[in-house]
Amino acid sequence: MKLTGAQALIKSLEMENVEVMFGLPGGAILPVYDPLIDSSIRHVLVRHEQGAGHMAEGYAHATGRPGVAMVTSGPAATNIVTPLCDAYMDSVPIVVITGQVAYSSIGTDAFQEADTVGITMPVTKHNWLVTDAQDIPRIVREAFHVATTGRPGPVLVDVPKDVSNAQMDWYWPDGVELPGYRPSTKGHAKQIKEAARLINQARRPVIYAGGGILKGRAAEALRELAELAGLHVVTTLMARGAFPDDHPLCLGMPGMHGNYTAITSMQRADLLITLGARFDDRVTGKVSAFAPDAKIIHVDVDPAELGKVRRPDVPIVGDSRLVIEELVKAVRAEQSKHGKSDLTDWDRQIDEWRRDHPLQYEQQDGGPLKPQYCIEALRDNTPDDTIVVAGVGQHQMWTSQYWRFNHPYTWVNSGGLGTMGFAVPAAIGAKVGKPERMVWAVDGDGCFQMTAQELVTASAERIPVKIAILNNAYLGMVRQWQELFYEERYSEVYLSPDLPDYVKWAEAMGCVGLRVDTPEDVVPAIEKANEVDDRPVVIDFRTDYREKVYPMVAAGDSNDNVILGPEYGEGGY
Amino acid sequence: MAAREEARHHILTVLVENKFGVLSRVAGLFSRRGYNIYSLAVSPTDDERFSRMTVVVDAESSPIEQITKQLNKLIPVIKINELGPDEGVERELMLATVKAGPEVRSQVTELASIFEARIVDVGFDAMTLMVAGSPNRLDAMSDLLAPFGIIELQRTGRIALPKLTRQPTRLRTVKSRSA
Repeated sequence: MKLTGAQALIKSLEMENVEVMFGLPGGAILPVYDPLIDSSIRHVLVRHEQGAGHMAEGYAHATGRPGVAMVTSGPAATNIVTPLCDAYMDSVPIVVITGQVAYSSIGTDAFQEADTVGITMPVTKHNWLVTDAQDIPRIVREAFHVATTGRPGPVLVDVPKDVSNAQMDWYWPDGVELPGYRPSTKGHAKQIKEAARLINQARRPVIYAGGGILKGRAAEALRELAELAGLHVVTTLMARGAFPDDHPLCLGMPGMHGNYTAITSMQRADLLITLGARFDDRVTGKVSAFAPDAKIIHVDVDPAELGKVRRPDVPIVGDSRLVIEELVKAVRAEQSKHGKSDLTDWDRQIDEWRRDHPLQYEQQDGGPLKPQYCIEALRDNTPDDTIVVAGVGQHQMWTSQYWRFNHPYTWVNSGGLGTMGFAVPAAIGAKVGKPERMVWAVDGDGCFQMTAQELVTASAERIPVKIAILNNAYLGMVRQWQELFYEERYSEVYLSPDLPDYVKWAEAMGCVGLRVDTPEDVVPAIEKANEVDDRPVVIDFRTDYREKVYPMVAAGDSNDNVILGPEYGEGGY
Repeated sequence: MAAREEARHHILTVLVENKFGVLSRVAGLFSRRGYNIYSLAVSPTDDERFSRMTVVVDAESSPIEQITKQLNKLIPVIKINELGPDEGVERELMLATVKAGPEVRSQVTELASIFEARIVDVGFDAMTLMVAGSPNRLDAMSDLLAPFGIIELQRTGRIALPKLTRQPTRLRTVKSRSA
């Protein structure tokens, strides 16, 4: 069967069971948009290419399937570099198709020419420039394989216009042949046994669960391991929901804005069972002072993570689910041989920390609206399986702290890259992937202004996401640092609560716009928003700009020095 | 000086797919992870699908283990051999054009013969020598050529293969069987 390269590309995406793609057409990708009309694939027309990339990410986060975005060459390709980098940092499987000027024109500074493969090389797991239409099915197959296996990540396929227009003989490859790519999945049996021995001997063990639990579909296995050995679990920002917050063994989020118990239990641990986490600086604080007494078991599918920051005592390369399942068997064997270790003292210590150092804030009646109160109200007035999406900054930290994540894949955020403007498009992508679920984005006013135009996309495509803007009129996290570390010298952080008028802006974009100024209006507004199911809703919560994210460990400081916050009186800030 | 540098240099021989952009992927990885390349040579292999890169890295700039692990993540990278200071046979090629007027020409040719260098070009008052050998040997030769006046000098960067085992394994097996 003769097809054009463009037809072969769309057909290849269909063969990969792509059900939806996010994109925006333009000159070099025009040939591919033509056969799209006849395809079963739904296309969501975005308003900016960055939105397409983040939507693909949100879709991938929520569904576990690779998100697909398609844009044209040059400026469109450069606009999608940020989502690629974001997906690279957070190991999100997305496949980006870019148009390219005709292969014969490459290198001539043609109109809308950019070296897309060169530009995106450092921010993709792999990328391809297609030089022959005949290669398209093979490359698409390889691209999906690379994006979704091993440590997942973004890939990009750059398709020159003349390649799209050229004829090819259709085929679909049986498999992929990539001699340099063989991700290991099964962990080393001897190492797993050694890990089990350490787990059963530890007196103060903590599971340090990272995003790899979610990427590896290992939440159930994790729960089995934790319950089997009575191990407490911290869930990093990328792993919120990987272990239920309501579980008695859950300690919540560690790190710079983690809770006291999560941070301190890691600091005092004699064993850190690290599962799909990477000792990020936001978790460890000062590395040399991090968990000084702990032996380290480190399980990761990416061998390069083992020993990158902290040298593990027991390194295990492998898929998180497969390794944890084996670990469960090995721990059970250890227990039946040597008996289950007694962790009573450690459990008592952890309970004491929990009791003495809970998260705190105070919402006064008639006082300024506290952002934490808004999040708690949202949490308590939405279904348990609501998907929550955040941007980056204070609102993101408060959401991670105050939400109760009891299901995996209910939390979508930008962790590693910290991409402001992530929330609105990522929420749209998540809602497209999980239309039956309620999707709420909690956003900051600064973040919202970066990508809000995608609400036009959501309105036009009838994707009813809900956005809660915690509007404190500032770039809040920057303000917090300037207050604490720059002697309250506020430099370029004020945004104004009224400019733009968020309600009018929402309405102009086809959304329902609501505004909340006082604590008593919070719940009614949320209830009203929950009733809207035919268009997006935006709530402008006017929150107290003085509120800061606590606890906090200052950048580069040891995790022993947790700043608890003003509620703790003297000693706090 | 040469010996001190040798100590922190590790040689990686990297078998890669012979496709465009692979050199750029490898070089890009080194620069963005902050690894320092001391020398780099790329050459075809006996199989046209693959090329071999010989990378001499400064192991002080980053642990060698982390460098190889990151390299291994590149999809066109098939195989990496790491050679410690005594584990490889290393050779390098040097071309040097030196001043060699009539009064010193015989001294230069004498030096060339000591180093088993070949004279590949002769001009009115200069000569171009070619010498292949271990990097140390090339260092020594260029030091000795310097007083004559080096006009231009180029080195290829080293290539290396693992040293072969000297254990007569087959013979030993035969022995143990007869015993």
